[in-house]
Amino acid sequence: MFRNTYDSDNTVFSPQGRLHQVEYALEAVKQGSAAVGLRSKTHSVLLALKRSTGELASYQQKMFRIDDHVGIAIAGLTSDARVLSNFMRQQAMSSKLMFNRPIPVNRLVSAIADKAQVNTQEYGRRPYGVGFLVIGQDQTGPHLYEFAPSGNSFEYYAMSIGARSQSAKTYLEKHYESFEDASLEELITHGLHALRETLQQDKELNVNNTSIGIVGPASVHEKAVPPAGPFRILEGDKVEPFLKTMVPKDTGAAVVVPAPAPGDGDVQMAE
Amino acid sequence: MTSIGTGYDLSASTYSPDGRIFQIEYANKAVENSGTAIGLRVKDGVVLAVEKLTHSKLLVPGVNRRIQTVDRHIGMATAGLLADGRTLSKRARDEAASYRDAYRQPPPLKAISDRLGLYVQMYTLYSSVRPFGISTILGAVDKDGPGLYVVEPSGVFFGYHGAAVGKGRQIAKTELEKLKLTELSTREAVIEAARIIYLVHEDTKEKDFELEMTWIGEETNNIHLPVPKDLLVEAETKAKASLEATFD
Amino acid sequence: MDHFPTNWGRPRNDAYDAYGTYPIAVRPNNALKDAFSAGVQRTQAPIVTGTSVLALKYKDGIMMAADNLASYGSLARFKDVKRLQTVGEHTVIGAGGDMSDFQYIQTVLDELMIDEFAEQDGHTLGPAEIHEYLSQVMYARRSKLDPLWNALLVGGYKDGQRFLAFVDLLGTTYSASTLATGYGAHIAQPLLRTAVEGNEDVLTEDEALKIIEQCMRVLFYRDARSLDKYQVAKITAEGATISDTRRLDTTWSFAEGIRGYGAQTE
Repeated sequence: MFRNTYDSDNTVFSPQGRLHQVEYALEAVKQGSAAVGLRSKTHSVLLALKRSTGELASYQQKMFRIDDHVGIAIAGLTSDARVLSNFMRQQAMSSKLMFNRPIPVNRLVSAIADKAQVNTQEYGRRPYGVGFLVIGQDQTGPHLYEFAPSGNSFEYYAMSIGARSQSAKTYLEKHYESFEDASLEELITHGLHALRETLQQDKELNVNNTSIGIVGPASVHEKAVPPAGPFRILEGDKVEPFLKTMVPKDTGAAVVVPAPAPGDGDVQMAE
Repeated sequence: MTSIGTGYDLSASTYSPDGRIFQIEYANKAVENSGTAIGLRVKDGVVLAVEKLTHSKLLVPGVNRRIQTVDRHIGMATAGLLADGRTLSKRARDEAASYRDAYRQPPPLKAISDRLGLYVQMYTLYSSVRPFGISTILGAVDKDGPGLYVVEPSGVFFGYHGAAVGKGRQIAKTELEKLKLTELSTREAVIEAARIIYLVHEDTKEKDFELEMTWIGEETNNIHLPVPKDLLVEAETKAKASLEATFD
Repeated sequence: MDHFPTNWGRPRNDAYDAYGTYPIAVRPNNALKDAFSAGVQRTQAPIVTGTSVLALKYKDGIMMAADNLASYGSLARFKDVKRLQTVGEHTVIGAGGDMSDFQYIQTVLDELMIDEFAEQDGHTLGPAEIHEYLSQVMYARRSKLDPLWNALLVGGYKDGQRFLAFVDLLGTTYSASTLATGYGAHIAQPLLRTAVEGNEDVLTEDEALKIIEQCMRVLFYRDARSLDKYQVAKITAEGATISDTRRLDTTWSFAEGIRGYGAQTE
């Protein structure tokens, strides 16, 4: 099972200078269902695939609001995400109380990244097992960040995390140059197309398994959004009009291909 | 490496029979895997430059910085684990603030390098922590003029006229040695730094990269600032031209 | 390992130890640090004091003024004290009250601005944020019954917006188009209001300067803790600048006619 003897602890470098425990934590992120994030000049959006454990179970929450101007989508251990998002909310409130300023999004992301770094250097605690996509808007416009358990955070034009996220990434890399000037509706349609790439062959996006998070002015499909365009999560029927904008996939092959073996939903697809 | 599998290389608190601490050597490996960072201490200032390897074309250029600001007049560039660099820069800022609090003056670079060296060394003593997987180049213009130091994972630090850490350090060092660093102006050093980073990158044939540069000198009022856009573009253009000249 | 069982199982407090830096940092200890702290007497009065600060809004921004005197009781002790200070590029603060407390506030703000500068992310603290921060500091200190004995004006110009507000040793805050602290709140404020209110958007820099000068002159005549040397700050879209020390023109010939004081026999 173990790759070698250098992988049982955070505090051990491998002879190549790698930290295997941290790399395994990054694998934990890929166990979670996928989330996709995109950014234009005016908006940032998140799209996530919710899982449920069965017919009688509800769908696992994938998005959290941090503050009026910030929201996250998660992939990995939900309980770790709750701890970190709680910390983010505290940081956001602290900025409001001390300076009456909404916290700059990059600083909020850096704060959890720096927190996560500690768990990669000290004995006794495991690294966090969750990755975030963070969207938000501040004085410098809309933003999209990825946070990883390694303690790294990066700003992207578009990004995906979670199971089979490489397929979504491939889609995003092909189209990202058009995102900058895209309308909110176009941005979400791109996001849904990217998210669809992470699905198993027999699955489809629907109103039950899809969450959309937005910051920026309202879409034509939305009602009663304040002009500042605070973070909001669309679920259920509110997702419907956006799902309808999707272009059907070329079906030909999809029907013929047999359903994948059970349990491979968490395995990352090869490039 | 002969150390592998001996069991003497699993903790920073363990010596091997011949007196080595392998965990520190492995930490240096993490540094060697990273994009190159260089520092030039010249006549009237300091230039820091980093070969920032970009792992995805979806990254927003110009942000995701690898050179940090410690105090108004102090900058630091790291090579190695990115997150460790952020943690160490936070410590460096705390040390600078503590120096200001005690002495009510801008901290000299040597004091900050010294304290950071002590801090990094602490992480080489215990099995409950791992060493920092970074080498840090610190640059400043303080009351003694321009200064440049490198703090290594072992906690040792040395002063330099020109320093290079990371994957391409050997070639970078060779190039730095060719320069008359004490005679260059900071503006000239910016051009040279860009050229060296481009040269080093060409040699390693790595994935895409972004050049990140900061400077401290008369032109910035001795404040640590990113190299302005127009100068950065000029330096990059010249660097590319010099590369083509070399390989033609 | 923490060998003190009383510390076990205590939730870590993110407000004090945000990064959980154990084993480097020491955990918060709830025990009384100083057994005599209950008997310590805190600041009851300011020692070396500055008097009024004046400020007004005009067409292009904010203008602020304060004289260069720090008094030790009624003694005019220091005559070259600077009571106006820029904080970043968009803000000036002016202080009346205890000058050592003001110097402390300056170091606190300097540290804050260095932290902010070190972020290098395009976000800067403007006058509104600095005022909010100061008011939190002032209120926190008064709540410890250990106030920073000052009345502060915060003026600034950022993103096309003028900002002018007050905060004092109690943490009281308010905002108006003219503000004055200390004796100036009684003597100069009515003059400022008459001249400025309703004219904030038409007053030119020269006119604003004349108003400030006139008020400083009146204060020098009336306020025994004031000086005829003063500085003027202006904060506009171009940034914040504080002038060199200026001197007021005053005439004292009328003094001969005053009766009832000093050595006159009549």
